[in-house]
Amino acid sequence: MSYKLVKRMFCSSTIKKPPRQVCIVGAGPAGFYAAMHLTKNLDSVNIDFIEKLPVPFGLIRYGVAPDHPEVKNVINQFTKVARHANVNFYGNVTLGKDIQLHQLRQHYDAVLLTYGAEEDKVLGIENEDAGNVIAARSFVGWYNGLPSDKDLKIDLSCKTAAILGQGNVALDVARILLSPIDELRKTDITEHAVSALAKSKVKEVYLVGRRGPLQVAFTIKELREQLKLKNCSTIWRKKDFEHVEDVVPNLERPRKRLTELMLKSLNESGKSVDDLNSNYFKPIFFRSPKKFIVDSNHKVTGVELTCNKLVGEKLEDQKCIPTHEQEILNCNLVFRSIGYKSIKADNDIMFLNGLVPSNKGVVDDSNPDLAKLYVSGWLGTGPVGVILHTMGNSFQVAKVMCEHLTGADTKIKGGFQEIKKIISVNNNNFVDWDGWEKIDKYEIEQGKKLGKPREKICSIQKMIEVSRA
Amino acid sequence: MLRNIVKNITAKSLRAVGKNNGLPPSLSHQRSLASVSKTELALKAEKVKVTFVLKDGKRLETEAKVGDTLLDVVVNNDLNIEGYGACEGTLTCSTCHVFLKQSDYDRLPEEPCDEERDMLDLAYGLTDTSRLGCQITLTKDLDGLEIQVPETINDARN
Ligand SMILES: Cc1cc2nc3c(=O)[nH]c(=O)nc-3n(C[C@H](O)[C@H](O)[C@H](O)COP(=O)(O)OP(=O)(O)OC[C@H]3O[C@@H](n4cnc5c(N)ncnc54)[C@H](O)[C@@H]3O)c2cc1C
Repeated sequence: MSYKLVKRMFCSSTIKKPPRQVCIVGAGPAGFYAAMHLTKNLDSVNIDFIEKLPVPFGLIRYGVAPDHPEVKNVINQFTKVARHANVNFYGNVTLGKDIQLHQLRQHYDAVLLTYGAEEDKVLGIENEDAGNVIAARSFVGWYNGLPSDKDLKIDLSCKTAAILGQGNVALDVARILLSPIDELRKTDITEHAVSALAKSKVKEVYLVGRRGPLQVAFTIKELREQLKLKNCSTIWRKKDFEHVEDVVPNLERPRKRLTELMLKSLNESGKSVDDLNSNYFKPIFFRSPKKFIVDSNHKVTGVELTCNKLVGEKLEDQKCIPTHEQEILNCNLVFRSIGYKSIKADNDIMFLNGLVPSNKGVVDDSNPDLAKLYVSGWLGTGPVGVILHTMGNSFQVAKVMCEHLTGADTKIKGGFQEIKKIISVNNNNFVDWDGWEKIDKYEIEQGKKLGKPREKICSIQKMIEVSRA
Repeated sequence: MLRNIVKNITAKSLRAVGKNNGLPPSLSHQRSLASVSKTELALKAEKVKVTFVLKDGKRLETEAKVGDTLLDVVVNNDLNIEGYGACEGTLTCSTCHVFLKQSDYDRLPEEPCDEERDMLDLAYGLTDTSRLGCQITLTKDLDGLEIQVPETINDARN
């Protein structure tokens, strides 16, 4: 008998009132943090997760870099939430495909959308569809074993790569490209990525930013890690840092420490000896991609960059404008890492500026016959910040939900009992939490054989099979 | 009880990983499993009182073992501080952010290392007496320590 079933039998005697039915769409951090708050603060609630993939945890599993296992420890807190008797997971169920939003709203008291921001933003410039111009997010999905990215076409046989964008994801991509392969082998990075990266010839990675050193989006921890990377020298352009030192004293602590670290590295970079075996990490600033240069096979050979300059009085809040100067960066591999946007998973979802607008998380509460609709996480805030910020936002929204759900009694809702009837017409393959635990165990076993913490299953079909074993 | 000890060890060895930067968790885990020393067990017998003061004024008073970190105290006593310690003391998040009184901050034996400061830089409402709870180890000296827990509910857009 499953652990969960025992627990449910044990607990059921204490539940008096029929529980309020909550559906959370998307089992990433936003969903789990909301569930954590709801289970803690409501006496009688039943929470059903509906998740597109057969497996939980969203970007913790498929975004966070494999060499950052510590960040993934939060999975332990989420697992505790999922094991609550009144929390259920239904993986391999997609909103907008297997089930419609209005159907969920009919059969639940509250529906919370937390399905993230999965699509990558495009630059909209010439030759963006060229070979070896790759969305950073797809590369991340590829090394992390996301089923839809497992067959990514990438050619790592060139020496120079450019990453367009200067956020933490850009740094993740740079670090994975520049890390000694034996370090990566010990992580849960997928085998297909390890074997491709082992043959990689990439030795030089540019990190191209539109604005200056005072505006970078990456955070200090990620930069420090990159600067400490074995066998890799960081080369800055001295000219990019003109006058930067002068404003350091006026900056707020986080920006100040980050800028000081860059300046320190800049001053040290002159001293580093050139080593034939060394890799190079080269951040460059004030450059916007104008178009990709391609060869006769429509494969990228370079990026034409427009040089920008900053205007305005105070260096800290200057604006960036293009000049007439151009520069060509020769490279045969380019990653686009300029942000993400959410998709409209269901026709009934309203969108504004790439996210679902809400009032403190409340999207729609106008129809008393339908579940109130809420949003949290990247779908509601836009794809910004780290897990901490997603957590804060989800707690805030869940708090509002709690207030509403403890209010007046409403009609009893059928919850998943009803939803299941609709889904099973076309899809009998949903994976519950016990199914995920089987997948988890299997992946850890497969990893053991390879000396890694885990080897992820990269096919949906295989996941379903293992979940039923 | 046994569970608690195991938990403690895990939290500690993970912390070691954070500091050593790069040791695979499995290795350092084994290392510290082998070295649960008698002194450590003896230290555990010594108790101090600590109080966590939440944003809404609620006071969570608890007995804690000397040698434990503030994160251990929250976990082992099941204190209701939501989302506290997401990365389990490995210096890769700032969910265990706390404010201290200036005098308490000053008398802590260790100053925050660069990695702790890096994570604090991401925390909400960073102050001059901010620390990460996972990096503060209780000593007999700290009996009666009062810790302010900041608001976690915040809007990511701000
Ligand atoms: C590459 C990368 C690396 C990162 N690294 C870190 C890090 O090291 N540390 C850190 O603190 N933060 C990191 N972050 C940020 C962190 O991942 C986010 O803050 C957090 O994951 C956002 O949570 P979310 O639940 O809103 O979205 P997600 O994590 O994206 O979760 C959304 C979930 O919804 C599911 N879903 C999508 N569509 C549907 C549908 N139609 N129906 C049902 N389910 C659906 C998805 O499969 C997914 O499981 C990283 C982000 C990225 C992109």
